[in-house]
Amino acid sequence: MKSAAVQPAINVEEIRAQFPILKELVHGKPLVYFDNAATSQKPRRVIKAESAYYATINANVHRGVHTLSTKATEAQEAAREIIRKHINAKHAHEVIFTSGTTASMNLAAFSLGQLLLKPGDEVLISEMEHHANIVPWQMACERHGAKLKVIPVTDSGELALGSSDHLIDQFSDRTRILTISHVSNTLGTINPVKELIAEAKKRGIITVVDGAQAIAHLDIDVQDLSCDLYAFSGHKAYGPTGTGVLYGREELLERMPPWQGGGEMIDVVTFEKTTYAKLPFKFEAGTPHIAGIIGLGEAFRWMEDYDFAFAKASAERGKSAFAAHEHMLLEHATKELLAIDGLRIIGTAKEKVGVISFVIDGVHHYDLGTLLDQQGIAVRTGHHCTQPLMERFGVSGTTRASFACFNTIAEVDALVAGVKKAVKMLR
Amino acid sequence: MTDMNSLAQAQQEVVDEFAMFSDWQDRYEHLIELGKDLPVIAPEKKTEENIVRGCQSRVWLNAEHKNGLVHFTADSDAMITKGLVALLVRVLNDRTPQEILNTPLTFIDAIGLREHLSPNRSNGLVAMLDQMKRYALAYSSKS
Repeated sequence: MKSAAVQPAINVEEIRAQFPILKELVHGKPLVYFDNAATSQKPRRVIKAESAYYATINANVHRGVHTLSTKATEAQEAAREIIRKHINAKHAHEVIFTSGTTASMNLAAFSLGQLLLKPGDEVLISEMEHHANIVPWQMACERHGAKLKVIPVTDSGELALGSSDHLIDQFSDRTRILTISHVSNTLGTINPVKELIAEAKKRGIITVVDGAQAIAHLDIDVQDLSCDLYAFSGHKAYGPTGTGVLYGREELLERMPPWQGGGEMIDVVTFEKTTYAKLPFKFEAGTPHIAGIIGLGEAFRWMEDYDFAFAKASAERGKSAFAAHEHMLLEHATKELLAIDGLRIIGTAKEKVGVISFVIDGVHHYDLGTLLDQQGIAVRTGHHCTQPLMERFGVSGTTRASFACFNTIAEVDALVAGVKKAVKMLR
Repeated sequence: MTDMNSLAQAQQEVVDEFAMFSDWQDRYEHLIELGKDLPVIAPEKKTEENIVRGCQSRVWLNAEHKNGLVHFTADSDAMITKGLVALLVRVLNDRTPQEILNTPLTFIDAIGLREHLSPNRSNGLVAMLDQMKRYALAYSSKS
């Protein structure tokens, strides 16, 4: 009844019809998919684009003189261009294809470590980082004798920024790199990365953004953010698994040494010395995931078609129509879930994407996840690859629902009813 | 010649018991009840050493070798896991190492709870079962 008053920002039924998986049943019940922060579902257009590559133009890129190789290369490079446009990079060669955010971060940490880190230097991260934005930097610090410094997180799940004249208390004259998530995968918090980057730049600190949880929800403009590197995964943005991007500012990428060696990334190889290919190929050793990249390009085209058309009509800058829809779901879920006795939301920042993490007194997240699954509802349970953050909040794990453009108010209501049923069974 | 209290028999009893429930809710409610009835593991046995680590829920497992039989006590921090722990203990407890090692465990499949023993669940149960068999193997070489 109360749901009827909420006006959907986008035509959800039209969107849903494009996701074949949403017709699947789980334990005989309609699938309610709320694990989009782990991986989003794929629209038919993306699935078709990937299989069409194999069915019609499968060939290795950038090498052959034959027709198929040319077509495959053109399709892959068209994907690079659509992504460049979407994130507003200056050049297509600033878009490096990787296997995902994790690979992007390993590339960034290895290469920047080589380029910048000396004993005693510092890399600044935050307490809310995903393990993929912690461990590669720990490894780089170990290799170069540098130290990892951490910006703490407040009780509401926001970065504890400096109170005095500078924005970040943890900056020191040894800070070389600031690497921070745009959006927290566990809390949903949108971090003020633009302000942090500006502050870092004043001190000559290189800035890296983990955009894994932002790419499908926020309007990303890397020139406006003014970051040096920006990493994201394709599969969290309606694209295929095994795809990802590391955007880098041209001037910095030129200076960064390559991460992996092999084919595709070389200019001339002799046993004495190898010279490297130009950007972006210097960072793309080996045969890329061509089918996936073509699918990823289609995912961005799809997002532009369905999101930006609506976004243009929206006056709110920096918020897409998808984001507005997901925000409505978040508000509804927050209100309804908080009515459950003993339920506590972890992550109550003012600026959030559609991610809601919670714990319930006397209910283990494993039990809750299992009983929701029996009702066809897919949520994430556990530490969400953010163990330091779990420790910060004194919990062993949470239950997390994360929304995408195809989710509905009725599904949120199903989640709330499912949680209530599970709690009743467990208490 | 039939041993009325064999491991195979105990498994069959569990299967028959669960056959009474037609829907998932009753099945899981029963499992949760079984967990509540699991004899408590001695607090001093809930040591770091006895933790079987899963990334989502934790299991404590203690084993002792008495009069040729393996005696298990266990616990978990999640109730569904604890219910499954209770079933494993009920079926495998106070048996000879040989019987534990030689009898295939089929009841989990038969009662429709196989998914909890998939590696994806990371609930510590797979590791617990491995650990129970490892204890049996270690004791079998002693006896």
